[in-house]
Amino acid sequence: MSNTTHSELHHAAHDDHHHDESEKVIFGFWIYIMSDCLLFATLFAVYAVLSNGFYAGGVDPKSLIDLNFVLGETALLLFSSFTFGMAMLYAYQKNEFAMKAWLIVTFLLGAGFLVMELYEFYHFSHEGATPFSNGYWSAFYALVGTHGMHVFWGMIWMIAMFVHFARDGITESNLIRLSCLSLFWHFLDIIWICVFSFVYLFGVYS
Amino acid sequence: MSHSAENHSHGSIKEYVLGLILSIVLTAIPFYLAITKALDVKITMFIIVICAVAQLLVQMILFLHIKADEKNTWNIATALYSLMIVFFVVGGSLWIFMHLNHNMLMGH
Repeated sequence: MSNTTHSELHHAAHDDHHHDESEKVIFGFWIYIMSDCLLFATLFAVYAVLSNGFYAGGVDPKSLIDLNFVLGETALLLFSSFTFGMAMLYAYQKNEFAMKAWLIVTFLLGAGFLVMELYEFYHFSHEGATPFSNGYWSAFYALVGTHGMHVFWGMIWMIAMFVHFARDGITESNLIRLSCLSLFWHFLDIIWICVFSFVYLFGVYS
Repeated sequence: MSHSAENHSHGSIKEYVLGLILSIVLTAIPFYLAITKALDVKITMFIIVICAVAQLLVQMILFLHIKADEKNTWNIATALYSLMIVFFVVGGSLWIFMHLNHNMLMGH
């Protein structure tokens, strides 16, 4: 009996240790997200400065931006943020099939967003607005492109998660990894709110 | 205690659905105004900013589950610190560059 109590205590301490560990890792990743915030802040600052009259005779963003198209991109990213939330809920319920299904939907929505963004960059460049046109377009591609790169790496990370889940299933360490990725993915949608508001919606009034 | 706190921080399907609906509304309003140009420029820009800040808060609370409780003290402290730096970087840059014209003595 004393043995059982001891092992139970030991087990509880072990669980607490794991719980502390996972909270530390996720908090560490949160600090990375905050530093990423500062990276985007500098890019937004550069964009805000260069969108005040640094067109140098290049193409006017007003004539290129198609808000219906941007609304499509926004919808894809917003729904992918929601579907990742669903995947997280099923991950904590240890329902591996439902979690994977929602992750695949998230991945496809992210891919759709990236394809639309690349098409937009191609279209803009074709119309004469390249990163080398002038200060405004350099800042535009740097900001929107950096966000797009983040989405791309988020998708690579999702593929890596599928490998992890295929190998080990829903383990404690895989849940930590998925939690960090979910922070990252929701954060990208939050950055996109600022991008569509200050770059695209303000852009048509510039 | 730690288990109830854990369940709390994962959110629920209700929170995600509410977050999605609010986000759709807060996206639709500024896009509608910018596409139809229904209102004055200044008012539209003001509404765009308000909707962006509101949606930011909605997603922070309902998608990222950042709430003002004891468990999140350090998350909120670091977020507020980052917000301060963001304000210095973006606000400071704009402040400097908006006043640059006056200091350049170019035809003024």
